[in-house]
Amino acid sequence: MATKASRSAARIMMAPAVILLLGWMLVPLIMTLWFSFRVYLPLRGGDQGWAGFDNYTRFVTSSAFWPSVQTTLIIVLGVLAITVIFGILIALLLDQPIWGQGVVRILVIAPFFVMPTVSALVWKNMFMDPVNGLFAHLWRFFGAEPVSWLSDASMGSIIMIVSWQWLPFATLILLTAVQSLDSEQLEAAEMDGAPFLKRFWFIVLPHLSRAITIVILIQTIFLLAIFAEIFVTTGGAFGTRTLSYLIFQRVLESQNVGLGSAGGVYAIILANIIAIFLMRIVGKNLD
Amino acid sequence: MGQIQLKQVTKSFGDVQVIPPLDLTIKDGEFTVFVGPSGCGKSTLLRLIAGLEDITSGHIEIDGTDATDLVPAKRGLAMVFQSYALYPHMSVRKNIAFPLRMAKMDQSEIDRRVNAAAEVLNLADYIDRKPGQLSGGQRQRVAIGRAIVREPSAFLFDEPLSNLDAALRVGMRMEISELHKKLATTMVYVTHDQVEAMTMADKIVVLQAGVIEQVGSPLELYRAPRNTFVAGFIGSPKMNLITGEEATKHNAATIGIRPEHIDVVQSDGMWQGTVGVAEHLGSDTFFHIHNTGLAETLTVRAIGDISLTHGDTIHLNPRMDELHRFDAGGLRIA
Ligand SMILES: Nc1ncnc2c1ncn2[C@@H]1O[C@H](COP(=O)(O)OP(=O)(O)OP(=O)(O)O)[C@@H](O)[C@H]1O
Ligand SMILES: [Mg+2]
Repeated sequence: MATKASRSAARIMMAPAVILLLGWMLVPLIMTLWFSFRVYLPLRGGDQGWAGFDNYTRFVTSSAFWPSVQTTLIIVLGVLAITVIFGILIALLLDQPIWGQGVVRILVIAPFFVMPTVSALVWKNMFMDPVNGLFAHLWRFFGAEPVSWLSDASMGSIIMIVSWQWLPFATLILLTAVQSLDSEQLEAAEMDGAPFLKRFWFIVLPHLSRAITIVILIQTIFLLAIFAEIFVTTGGAFGTRTLSYLIFQRVLESQNVGLGSAGGVYAIILANIIAIFLMRIVGKNLD
Repeated sequence: MGQIQLKQVTKSFGDVQVIPPLDLTIKDGEFTVFVGPSGCGKSTLLRLIAGLEDITSGHIEIDGTDATDLVPAKRGLAMVFQSYALYPHMSVRKNIAFPLRMAKMDQSEIDRRVNAAAEVLNLADYIDRKPGQLSGGQRQRVAIGRAIVREPSAFLFDEPLSNLDAALRVGMRMEISELHKKLATTMVYVTHDQVEAMTMADKIVVLQAGVIEQVGSPLELYRAPRNTFVAGFIGSPKMNLITGEEATKHNAATIGIRPEHIDVVQSDGMWQGTVGVAEHLGSDTFFHIHNTGLAETLTVRAIGDISLTHGDTIHLNPRMDELHRFDAGGLRIA
């Protein structure tokens, strides 16, 4: 698009799409903002006028707020750590010439195609059930007392389930990065006297830094909003109430749209703070 | 020290034997060049010496000790790759210091050696840049710098100049030759460019399909090629190989005569033909001549600018004492 004419033509032709997307984004955002300043109780009298900043102060001062922020962050960081570390390891393994490579790769990707609700239910009922779950059988086989995963190790269990879902995504992106590494660089490092771990640390890891950045950025966006996994497993009990789950409870269980909307605005702010941090820390890898 | 000895070395990839049993001795301080057509196994041979590829059978000795099962780092060799293989996220200084850091050397000693290498190779101006910000020739220098700081017993080069433009290639060729004179370290150099081979080598190893066709100094190979393959491969333009009646006259299956050993005469030459293409370089003129009754085309190099052009008849006199004779198996007849 070099000339002035072609640039303005391009603008005109892009306008409908831009306007549509902007509307798509702005309408819910503005509605959330609007409701957050209203006393709006759908089952108890509907919209009852201005609330000022009441909803905002009530949401933060509620005893559930800070724990929910903490829970959200722990889940996000836990899942990121597990998916990145294991993603790198699996990517390195998959890069080795092994028999049946194609099939193994598809198997590794498979969890990504399972819906979150379904995978959470499968984990809850088939693996983590304290009576009939696979883990319970395994524990009993070794003579141990079965663990009631979702109540006694609730956070660990949820991090586990969510990691299982996101590991394929991380692995896939990291695998393409591993494969793009010039093998002569590794050979040069080998000749330079770097043993395997040093080659990994000084050559492979820096090469992967871009891919790791992308994995972290994309996953964070989605992980801040996980919901289905918590809804079908613990229902927010046992200290697994994340910010998004808290908002859900305020709106649907307490039927307080105003309060929930204020929570939504806090969630947006939190997401932006994290995004800015991430961009600062890892975004410089993307130049 | 840097003597490398290959004893009955073979290499197979799966069922395909790329290097049949091969013996070769590279003497300490020698500049050895492997030449041969593409796919003949030059890189493979170099990688076997480096230890980047396991040999299928045979032994490799470096300075008299068996290095067959030694890992690359322990062989004391440094390699310069065709793609340079610089570490893209490290500055030039860090790239060069990397092998020293891996050897857990003192920081002061590292600095001293890196600075010395930077001096020798004129890297000082861009020592803090990343490889991505360098030109091809500069990257090549950094790669060489990374090799020399280790003070290896031998350098291995795999077509280090093939990514450079012609002018730069000539310059770098000189620099590497000078480096060899200065360091007096063994160098093994792979190329398919026979001009590089002729100008740089103390000893040329001509390979074909993994087999050593001839080993010798550039002039030995030029003067007395052991067979028709070497005869055709060494020298530019290529030697004229003539079979048939003319060869029988000289009691050979094939005779060879280099383009520079055929004189152009006004008339009554031993041979004559019509000029196909005449390449006028000013200092020399190359004629590609047809209809001689000897071979498809005959190449002749005449000194100076001779004003014969396409379609002209040309008279030629080969210098009989420069004639090479080969038997039916392609081997040289003494
Ligand atoms: N990893 C490998 N697996 C199977 N065959 C290989 C492998 N590496 C090389 N070869 C084969 O070995 C032969 C020699 O290859 P090599 O790379 O040594 O050739 P080269 O002389 O360096 O050629 P070039 O001048 O094109 O670089 C080729 O026929 C090649 O196909
Ligand atoms: Mg090669």
